[in-house]
Amino acid sequence: MVVKVNRYKCGYCGACVSVCPTGAIELIETWIVVDDTCNNCGICSRICPVGALEVST
Amino acid sequence: MFQDMSGWSAGGLNLKERYDVVVVGAGPAGSTIAKTIASKGLDVLLIEKRQQIGDPVRCAEGVNKEYISNFLQPDPAWISAEVKGSRIYAPNGKMVEMGEELSGVEVGYVLERKIFDRALAMEAARAGAQVMVKTRATGLLINNSYVTGVKVQYMGKNYDIQCDIVIGADGVESKIGRWAGIDTTIKPGGLCSCMQYLITDIDVDPDFCEFYLGTRIAPSGYIWVFPKGKNKANVGIGISGFLPKNKRVVDLLDDFVKKKYPNGKIIELIYGGVPACGTIERTVSNGLILVGDAARQSDPLTGGGIFNSIWAGDIAGKVAVKAIKRADVSAKFLQEYERKWRAEIGKNIDTSLIVKNRFLSLNDNDMNTLADSLENIDLRTASLLGLLWSLFKTNKKLLWDLRSIFKDIKEIKGVDFDDIESIN
Repeated sequence: MVVKVNRYKCGYCGACVSVCPTGAIELIETWIVVDDTCNNCGICSRICPVGALEVST
Repeated sequence: MFQDMSGWSAGGLNLKERYDVVVVGAGPAGSTIAKTIASKGLDVLLIEKRQQIGDPVRCAEGVNKEYISNFLQPDPAWISAEVKGSRIYAPNGKMVEMGEELSGVEVGYVLERKIFDRALAMEAARAGAQVMVKTRATGLLINNSYVTGVKVQYMGKNYDIQCDIVIGADGVESKIGRWAGIDTTIKPGGLCSCMQYLITDIDVDPDFCEFYLGTRIAPSGYIWVFPKGKNKANVGIGISGFLPKNKRVVDLLDDFVKKKYPNGKIIELIYGGVPACGTIERTVSNGLILVGDAARQSDPLTGGGIFNSIWAGDIAGKVAVKAIKRADVSAKFLQEYERKWRAEIGKNIDTSLIVKNRFLSLNDNDMNTLADSLENIDLRTASLLGLLWSLFKTNKKLLWDLRSIFKDIKEIKGVDFDDIESIN
């Protein structure tokens, strides 16, 4: 997994899920999971209102 | 078939193997559909992945009073405040005041969504729908290119549920559409990234919703202050697309709040993404319908989505009932839903998208110019289109891109519209 979710910042709003081009992110009740279809594009980390997602490069 | 039968009917969980319709997501769209379908005597399951319907709220809670009253009997229990209109502040502080009618889809009532969503779900239940909370869709059952059911998970156990139609009302984070092969991915510029505080002990005019514009306070977006009764308001920000690196929506909102309400007390913090991308290619498939934020039906300009969700939900519910009675749930039959919502809701969304795209490219000077041009115009009774026309007439160069939305229009209430020919 290349996306790191800071669960202490995340407010489980699902914004990142909607912009993920590969559908790698899912909001399960109150937490985010990222599967291995993630292509490291970084869009999720840019749109997150609070910066809870970090994409390692 | 059921993957795990143990605990099947434990704790009042009388999940059946088959329903006529399964609705995924108990927001305004899902509950409206569930109610519409159940009231016609069909077997409906309404599932909500959260433990509580209506919570956490991801909404500024503004809705047009007149529109919503077409579908629901207003109930003081879910109305937090009633406003007379809105005030828009240009970057230079110039204020434009508009009546409620003109303010569009977002102004009239400020709701208490926690109670509102719950009330809608209760109405669905009362009509005969089975409601299940903490129940998440994990996939679709697909057979011969038809969606024939949905996989759900409740308390860590998986169940396969068959049905004629699955309704994806699963919000901005929708997966239902993708699972059925519909591309619902929002391009970054098409998602409005939002954050909101509920602030109390502040001086706020309970009669007006306020909007603050300016590339410094809210680049590619705006800040809103929606009163929730006296001395209390939803203060939030929505930004389309990317901010510069190391700048977050939260930082911009904090800047505004510190300056404007230094002594306010924050009693709630929410964030969320609002689809502001305009309509998507399709919202039906064989045995499947998408509605609300899942169908990207929120208004791209205001971000308002409650009314569109309820309106589209009502259409979807009626079409679903018809389809099941005719035993034809093909995408071809469900096109009726597609056609109907696009004819009205879709058209409004298209207009809003044109306006949004134009306004996104304006700088602060442009916005100040536009606000100044409304100086002597009475905006208390005009429509949103009327406001745009007033702006357009005096700022043709700046707003030339908007001309297409005035085509085919012969009359706009309350506005001098005699020189419409000049653009056609």
